[in-house]
Amino acid sequence: MSEQKIDGFELKPGFKGMASDTGSDQTMFKGVHWGKAMMWIFLLSDTFVFSCFLISYMKGRGSTIVDWPNTSEVFSLYVGGVPVPLLLIAIMTFVLITSSGTMALAVKYGYEKNRKMCGWLILATAIGGLTFVGMQVFEWSKLIHEGVRPWGNPFGASQFGSFFFMITGFHGFHVSIGVIFLFIYTYKVFAGHYESKKRGWFTKMKGDYVEIEILGLYWHFVDLVWVFIFAFFYLW
Amino acid sequence: MEETNKMNETTKKEEQTSTQKIGIYLWIWLLLFVLSFFSYMVDWYQFQGMLRWSLILFFMFLKAGLIMAFFMHLFWERYALVNVLLWPMTAIACFIFLMTAEFKYTLFSRFFYFVVGGA
Repeated sequence: MSEQKIDGFELKPGFKGMASDTGSDQTMFKGVHWGKAMMWIFLLSDTFVFSCFLISYMKGRGSTIVDWPNTSEVFSLYVGGVPVPLLLIAIMTFVLITSSGTMALAVKYGYEKNRKMCGWLILATAIGGLTFVGMQVFEWSKLIHEGVRPWGNPFGASQFGSFFFMITGFHGFHVSIGVIFLFIYTYKVFAGHYESKKRGWFTKMKGDYVEIEILGLYWHFVDLVWVFIFAFFYLW
Repeated sequence: MEETNKMNETTKKEEQTSTQKIGIYLWIWLLLFVLSFFSYMVDWYQFQGMLRWSLILFFMFLKAGLIMAFFMHLFWERYALVNVLLWPMTAIACFIFLMTAEFKYTLFSRFFYFVVGGA
């Protein structure tokens, strides 16, 4: 959340505020930390990358004359001899949403300067992310074992494998990077870097809990992308 | 100049960034779980056709909206930021529209040359 008061500048609400912010001949994003604005710009570009993947998947799936594999059968798990459709994917979705919730609370406690609570919640988020990546590894190895390859598979249209590995792989890569940073920031919060105003990376600016919100933006984005992958790739 | 900068910094430090009540995060969290459960149920009950697609899209957009608005704080951000982030999405919508036309054409020509065997 941006600070809603700035000395010497009247912040108007709504679209009028947008016009005056944009035309103020100063910073455009009033009260928004530069790191946060940059993270948003990065996420916007990342949105385009994922959109291109998903749109090419749409194009590939829509133009094949061979039947697309039935995802609820391909991704089913056998529990006591009975196939449960998309079971692993459902669990992965819930794990990722859980970690998104803990992250949102970590941001809140960070701004309230509740160091311990913030640290534990970031750690919980990191463990959630790690669990997610672990389950994805399991899913990949299961499919590879069943003969799914980027150039073909036993279930249907041969494009299936390449789209699956590309899209979930790129998302899993994002999650992995996020997990690494979550562990680093767990350390930073517990070590009290934001109380002692220790400087961050590659900057002489002093650290602040706004960094946790920036990290949170990235993590929520990873969850956001999964919402779309879950809908278009697994459910459609 | 330096003095005013210092002063600004001290007033900034004392001014605590306002945070939302915890209840709103817990509600959104719960809603996300419920919506995910519903979208899983779409597959569980094997709904087909338009019903399936409209339900999937409805739950998807609702979840994405809740995450962006409340977890990513866009609901509380200033319009200058919100609009810079959301308007580029129309370009994606355009691209989807173009590629829909494209895959239909590809599908047609594949049927025409591979299945029918050409003119």
